[in-house]
Amino acid sequence: MNARGQEVERRRFDTLVIGAGGGGLRAALQLAQADASVAVVSKVFPTRSHTVAAQGGMNAALANVLPDNWHWHMYDTVKGGDWLGDQDAIEYMCRAAARLVIELEHFGVPFSRLDNGKIYQRPFGGQSQNFGGEQAARTCAAADRTGHAILHALYQQNIRARTHFFDEYFALDLLKDREGYILGALVLCIETGEPLVIEAKTTLLATGGAGQLYRTNTNAHINTGDGMAMALRAGIPLQDMEFVQFHPTGIAGKGMLISEAARGEGGYLVNREGERFMERYAPHAKDLASRDVVSRAIATEVREGRGCGPEGDHVLLRLEHLGADVIHQRLPGIQSMVGTFLRIDPVTAPVPVFPTCHYTMGGIPTNRFGQVVAPERQGPEEPVIGLYAVGECACVSVHGANRLGGNSLLDIVVFGRAAGNHIIEYLKEARYHRPLDPESIEQPLARLARWDERRGGETVSGLRSELQRVMERHCGVFRTEEVLQQGVLEVRELERRLQQVTLSDRSRVFNTARIEALELENLMDVALAAVSSALARRESRGAHSRIDYPRRDDEHWLKHSLYFRDGGALDYKPVRMKPRTVEPFPPQPRVY
Amino acid sequence: MSGAPEPARERARLRWQCRRGMRELDLLLQGFLDHAYDDAPGAERAAFQRLLDYPDPLLLEYLLGSLAPGDREIRDVIVKIRGAAAA
Repeated sequence: MNARGQEVERRRFDTLVIGAGGGGLRAALQLAQADASVAVVSKVFPTRSHTVAAQGGMNAALANVLPDNWHWHMYDTVKGGDWLGDQDAIEYMCRAAARLVIELEHFGVPFSRLDNGKIYQRPFGGQSQNFGGEQAARTCAAADRTGHAILHALYQQNIRARTHFFDEYFALDLLKDREGYILGALVLCIETGEPLVIEAKTTLLATGGAGQLYRTNTNAHINTGDGMAMALRAGIPLQDMEFVQFHPTGIAGKGMLISEAARGEGGYLVNREGERFMERYAPHAKDLASRDVVSRAIATEVREGRGCGPEGDHVLLRLEHLGADVIHQRLPGIQSMVGTFLRIDPVTAPVPVFPTCHYTMGGIPTNRFGQVVAPERQGPEEPVIGLYAVGECACVSVHGANRLGGNSLLDIVVFGRAAGNHIIEYLKEARYHRPLDPESIEQPLARLARWDERRGGETVSGLRSELQRVMERHCGVFRTEEVLQQGVLEVRELERRLQQVTLSDRSRVFNTARIEALELENLMDVALAAVSSALARRESRGAHSRIDYPRRDDEHWLKHSLYFRDGGALDYKPVRMKPRTVEPFPPQPRVY
Repeated sequence: MSGAPEPARERARLRWQCRRGMRELDLLLQGFLDHAYDDAPGAERAAFQRLLDYPDPLLLEYLLGSLAPGDREIRDVIVKIRGAAAA
């Protein structure tokens, strides 16, 4: 029953895809082309999904510019992830990459070309030839619009294949029967405020990351960890949520990236005393030290009271000494970005910066077929029947403890396609929809109704800002036992205060206040997963850097974390060290 | 249908249209809607609504000033959006 006591409308499809970024659309296309009936639910118009923001490109060992092969790519990905990535999934991804680039080109992605007509490839950080040798050039790009080009091509192909789109629908919760099968989801039409049951034999979560956990982040506002929280509420754990990638120089308080090019051209960082503090942290590399070192140094300066501005909450990036000509010619994008958002001209004034959250390596645990897996009677990786996840919301895990540039677009197309193929096989056996238990619909409806009953002095925007500040301070780049313990306490307190949020608007039609409240509820669950997992992991590995445990500890921590919402319990499972066909890459020091 | 009156609904609809795939666009478009839209003349509001139909990468180029649109009304509203950005 809906809020007016009427039966909730139902629709039936073979597959429900939640999220219309590259991962969701790639899977949907595979299915629609195989004549499955596919529904794609997206809270924004599909081509406004966050995939559109991926400018860099997609890795594939095509060897068009420099010698290359998929096995070198695999090594770089294992090493980049600090040996936490599952080597069977990484092998599968790197082997599939070249074929999928060609396939995307056939779908209409206009990859940039070399003079000889082959696809252009640019070098990115972390790419090597011959297992750690010379720089490789592995990233295929469609100018600086690769994500947009992929998203646009996949959307057009889906329209052609008659995928059914539910644009501007918000997914509330998965529907699950007593035997644990996932049978679709309850979704909400944002325009009318009416709930809708979408029954499906298989459901795929492709809802992207959770960058909105942090005050300073590079992500679109839509990245609120919705699919991750839906999985948690369905009793599924989240894997490796302590691994969050930060970029050292985001515009303070705004989040947008100022690329390394600014420091590469000679820019440097100063604290409130005007000191070039990187000289203390990295006497040799100084401002060009690796991202994690620079990020931690900035956070330390701010924590120890040497931050700039009235709140002392950032440091300054100085570019003025480079002169107007250099800035205008070599850093025009940075100049226009800073000019637009801060009304600052870097020719004459320093730029306030702070580490900015960029990517969540952790997510819903899956195998390399995109099947969601969780500990059950038979072992730590039992498939949850009927449920799949791909892309940033998932943890397959190819990025391990740290993602390499150019591997996220690859991840979404490889595993979007793999999940589509696995679902096609599943659908051959699952010929009928299983009966839906009314109780599974009542629970999310009751959760929705509770938002209309809540009374208290809290606001969604106020609480979200507090959560973002707590996460930045207590689960950002500066992590110690004490800092993280305090973080868990503060997030728990915010979770309690969530019950006192009063909606500013209780109407149904286009009630964005309600959607923002539901997003905050999702963020709160995901925040607890991240901070709890980070507190437990007493080592430094990849993006998870503990001041009090500065070394990687393979003896005790070469394992994946699993966080469960019920009681905030943590469990662990082994890293899959055995590739499919080649020899494993045993852990080594991660030195560049 | 019940609830909010028409102008409030329309504003809520616009607010959702300002949700984009890029953070830069979220901040610029929502900033204008929050701080300048209500006081804007009708033609400027109409131009803003038209602008929201543009694809994200093109919007970004317009709003960061690396490309200038041919349409004068769109050009004018972009100046206003940029003006509201650092408010």
